Amino acid sequence: MSIANPTTSTLSPAVPAVKAPARSTSTRRRRRPTPARIVAFVILAVLALAWLIPVLWAVLTSFKTEAEAAALPVTLFPASGFTLEAYVNVLTEGLVPRWAWNSLLTSALVTVITVTISALAGYALSRLKFAGRQMLITLIVASIMIPGQILIVPLFNLMLSLNLVDTYWGIILPQVVAAPMVFILKKFFDQIPFELEEAALMDGASRFRIFWAIVLPLSRPILGAVAIFVFIGAWNNFLWPFIVVNDSNLMTLPTGLQTVISAYGIQYAQSMAQAVLAALPLIVVFMFFQRQIIKGIATTGIAGT
Amino acid sequence: MTTAEGLAAPPRAATGAADHLAAGRSRRRRSDNLRGWLYCAPFLIAFGLFLIWPTFYGLWMSFTGTSLAGTNTGFVGLANWKEALGDPQVWSSLANTAWFTLLSTIPLVVVAMVLAVLVNIGLPGQWFWRLSFFMPFLLASTVVSQFWIWMYNPQLGLINTFLGWFGIEGLAWLQDPNTAMIAVVVTTVWWTVGFNFLLYLAALQNIPDQLYEAASLDGAGAWRKFRAITLPQLAPTTVLVLVLQLLASLKVFDQIYQMTNGGPGGTTRPILLYIYEAGFTGYRLGYASAISYIFFFLIIIISIAYMVISSRRSVKA
Repeated sequence: MSIANPTTSTLSPAVPAVKAPARSTSTRRRRRPTPARIVAFVILAVLALAWLIPVLWAVLTSFKTEAEAAALPVTLFPASGFTLEAYVNVLTEGLVPRWAWNSLLTSALVTVITVTISALAGYALSRLKFAGRQMLITLIVASIMIPGQILIVPLFNLMLSLNLVDTYWGIILPQVVAAPMVFILKKFFDQIPFELEEAALMDGASRFRIFWAIVLPLSRPILGAVAIFVFIGAWNNFLWPFIVVNDSNLMTLPTGLQTVISAYGIQYAQSMAQAVLAALPLIVVFMFFQRQIIKGIATTGIAGT
Repeated sequence: MTTAEGLAAPPRAATGAADHLAAGRSRRRRSDNLRGWLYCAPFLIAFGLFLIWPTFYGLWMSFTGTSLAGTNTGFVGLANWKEALGDPQVWSSLANTAWFTLLSTIPLVVVAMVLAVLVNIGLPGQWFWRLSFFMPFLLASTVVSQFWIWMYNPQLGLINTFLGWFGIEGLAWLQDPNTAMIAVVVTTVWWTVGFNFLLYLAALQNIPDQLYEAASLDGAGAWRKFRAITLPQLAPTTVLVLVLQLLASLKVFDQIYQMTNGGPGGTTRPILLYIYEAGFTGYRLGYASAISYIFFFLIIIISIAYMVISSRRSVKA
C-alpha cells in the first residue's frame, strides 16, 4: 500500500516461518492450576481489562443521553437506563451511513484491484522467464523502502492534473500499488510445484487458463490473507483520503469522523456512538476471520500494512 | 524485442518428437517475453504512475516554487533545501519525531513480548486474550483518537475520574506540554502493540518444546528458561519487530494530528505534520517537498542499515 496506516510499515518480507498461533491451545491448555499459573492468569486478566476499558467506556458513554454524558460527577453506567438516542441521532441526522458506504465501496474496489493486479504480476514474476524480469523484481523490492507518506505532495499535484481530486477514483487508485503484496504472492507461487503446470502445458492449456484454473485455486489461503490485509488497510486509511477529498459527501468513515471531532466536540454520546459504529464492522470481521487474520499477520502482515 | 516473431509460426522442418519439444520450448520462451510484460502491465502502470513518478516528481518539486494556490515561481535551485535546513520548525519537528519514536518503540517491543509470553503459557481463554490485545490494531486512527480524547477529557474523562477516587488531582493530559507526548504514546501503545504481540506469539510457538524439556531435566527454573532459551530464540524476531517499529513510529501522523494537532505549542508536532502544514495549509508545495526528501533520506538510511545488519546475520547463520 503506497499510503498506509502509520502503525506498521514495510520492509523486506523476511518473515520467519511461522504457524498460526492456535496450536498451543489444544496441546498446552489442560494443565493443573499451579500457583504460578494462577498468578499469570490474574496478571493477564488485569492487562486484558486495561486494554478493554477504553472501548467499554466509549460503549457505555454511547448509551447515555447527551446531558448525562456531560454531567458531573461522572458515572460509569447510564443512571437513567440505556438509551439508543445517540445512535438514532447519528444514523438519521449525520453523514455516517454515507461515509460507511463510501468506505465500503472504496475499500472493496481497492481490494479487488490490488489482489487482481498483484496476483497477475506476481505470477509473471514467478513463472514467466521474460526479459527484464530480474530488473523488475529488484525495482519492486527496492520500492518497498519508499514511505508513501512523503509522496502526498506530488501525488496530490498529480491528482489535480488528472482531475481526480474529490472523486472515488482519487481515493482508490494510489492505494492499489502494493509492492509488498506482489512480492509475497510471487514467493508463494514460487513454492507451487511446477509439475502441475507443466502437465497442463503439455496438454495444450493456455498460460492464462493454467493461472486461472490451477494456480489461483491452489493459492486461495494467501489470496485471502492478502485481501483481508488490503481491505483493513484501505478501510482504516486516514492520510490519503484526508488529503484528496474535501467534499464531505465523498469522505470515508475515518476522515468523516475527523470533521465531526472538530465540529461537534461537545456531543460526547454522539461522538462515541459514531466511533463505536465505525469500529463495529472490523470487529465483526475479526470475530469471523480470527484464524486467517492471525495467520495472515504471521505470514504477510509484516510486509503488508 | 522478439515478441512479434515469438507469436509467428515456428519452423516446421523438424518432425521428431524431441525437435518438436525444443521448438515448443523456445516458442514458449519467446512468447513469455510478451506475456510476462502483459501480465505485469496493470500493476506496472499503477506502480509507475502512483509510486515511481511521484517519487521523482516530488524531488523535482523540491527545487521549484510550486504553490497550492496555482502560482509557480519556477526553478529556484536549492533555495527550498537551504531554507528547510535552516528552519527551526523542521528541526523541532524532527526532534519531536525522534522523541516519539524513542518513547513508543521501547514499550511497543517490551510490552508486546511480555504479553506474548504470558499468553503463550497456554492459560484458558486464548481467544479472549488475543481479541483483547489485538483488536485495537484493527481500529481506524480516528476511532482510536476519539476513544482516547474521551478517556483524557479533563473533567469528564475516565482517567481523571479514576484518579479522583483516590483523591489525586487529574491533569489536562493532552493540553499540558509536559504530558501531551506521553499521552499520545500511551494511546499508540494501546492501539498498535497487538501487531507486535502476534509476531512474538508466532515466534514463541516455533521454539521447539524439546529445548524446554531438556532444560527442565537439568533443573532450570522458569526465569532461567526464559533467559537461556526464550530470549535468544526470539532474537531474530526482536530485531525485526524493532526495525519495523522504528520505521512505523517515525511515520507517525494520524493520532497526533487528531488528538493534539501538534500542540500544545508545537510540542508534539512530528515531521509529517509539519510537511502537511507547509504544503496544504501553508500552500508551499515545493517547500513541503524539500522537507519530505530530508525525511525520506533518514528513512532510507535506517532501512539500509537494517538490510546490512540482517544480511550479515544471515551470512553468519
